[in-house]
Amino acid sequence: MGRQIVVPFGPQHPVLPEPIHLDLVLEDEVVVEAVPSIGYIHRGLEKLVEKREYTDYIRIAERICGICSFTHSVNYAESVEKVMGLEVPARAHYIRTILMEYSRMHSHMLWLGLTADAMGFENLFMNSWRIREAILDDMEMATGGRVIQGLCTVGGIRKDVPDEMLGQMSDHLKEITPQMEELCKIFSHDTSVRHRMRGLGVLTKEEMWELGGVGPTARGSNLPLDARCTGYSAYDELGFKPVVEKEGDCLARCIVRARELMAAADLVHAAVKKMPDGPVDVGKIKGGPDGEAFFFTEQPRGEVLHYVKGNGSKYLVRHRVRTPTFANIPPLVKMLAGVDLADVPVVVLTIDPCIGCMER
Amino acid sequence: MGLFTMTKRALANVIGKPATLMYPVKPAKQFERSRGMLEITIEDCIYCGLCSRHCPADAIVVSKDDRTWQVDRLRCIICAQCVDVCPKTCLRLVPEYKKSVAEPPFVDFFQGPPAPPKPEKKAKEE
Repeated sequence: MGRQIVVPFGPQHPVLPEPIHLDLVLEDEVVVEAVPSIGYIHRGLEKLVEKREYTDYIRIAERICGICSFTHSVNYAESVEKVMGLEVPARAHYIRTILMEYSRMHSHMLWLGLTADAMGFENLFMNSWRIREAILDDMEMATGGRVIQGLCTVGGIRKDVPDEMLGQMSDHLKEITPQMEELCKIFSHDTSVRHRMRGLGVLTKEEMWELGGVGPTARGSNLPLDARCTGYSAYDELGFKPVVEKEGDCLARCIVRARELMAAADLVHAAVKKMPDGPVDVGKIKGGPDGEAFFFTEQPRGEVLHYVKGNGSKYLVRHRVRTPTFANIPPLVKMLAGVDLADVPVVVLTIDPCIGCMER
Repeated sequence: MGLFTMTKRALANVIGKPATLMYPVKPAKQFERSRGMLEITIEDCIYCGLCSRHCPADAIVVSKDDRTWQVDRLRCIICAQCVDVCPKTCLRLVPEYKKSVAEPPFVDFFQGPPAPPKPEKKAKEE
């Protein structure tokens, strides 16, 4: 048995866009154990709920995460609507669904690019981000924001997205779909990608279930966990099936995200086709939320839970968020045991860590 | 799939035009709905302070006595919550971004016109 040493990984590391610290216990070049520590960018956003009216707080809830912002705003809005018993019009649900799928596409393409960059595959990184730019432009056209959309509000959406604009977005998406398919093919078949990721950080279905992994991380281990199956917003009417891969290694998690690009595009087309007419919000809301509610949605990174509690006033008493990255830390620790030090950045990236989201 | 999967794309990148814009020589993409910066028509403002009260970032300060309205551009998150609550619809978001500045002040200050004279109360008929 070799001598064990501890190498700190993060919070400042070239591969990490956000700060997380891992103490890697190494034996020679192999990781024996990884000890994570978090808490570098806690912003206290949940506490702010006591100081902002529940209708204004959605702008803060949206800023919990810079990438899956729209899903956070929808989740918060749905939780409050659940407490208040508001019936949101179908059109608002459909537009929310379309934008959530757009967020998923842009988040996955950002991640694919970052992973390619972590592998040293610069060309693929730029290619992913070039395609992502078209998605961001369409989101800005529809909502006014590239990554922080600001469209969702309690009781519906702020401004209707006209049918012509939705058709235009769908057409743009059809134009870039061949490029996304090419990207998916490269990630699943390219020799350099496969060499770097195959058989790395393997977790079986049972291990993943026991450790409580969520999102594409779990689906890469053949665990069909997807909150979209619960049929919130318009998902129950769009015929959705989760994308799963069997191998449970880094490559499988990568392919799940690449294949989800196409699945998300299909959902957008289906939603645009079925788009109902009618109002997009419930009008003026009177009173405050009295009661408590949980709501789950599927973020690009996995399942997110929002809990809200109100006492009938305009200020909520409690808001609690449980983000997918937090759920994916235990699987990450298990994945890291046994990998080489040089492979640690790639394994850490495959859970798609969003630390800003996790610590809020 | 072999080693040279990306060759086609790499060649296209070498020969083709850059995907980026030569900003600021060429203007950035803008859409009608883009949230660039907050603007006010100070003449219509009634200094009710609703925008200030609803601002999630505490970026707006309104003074009814001095008839002033100010926004801290570094604090403003351009969420349009103030635009939604303004009863006189004198606030709006425009697609253009605020030009960056190197020195303070970062606060944009607007002084409203003096208050119109109050109509005199009719003298009580004796």
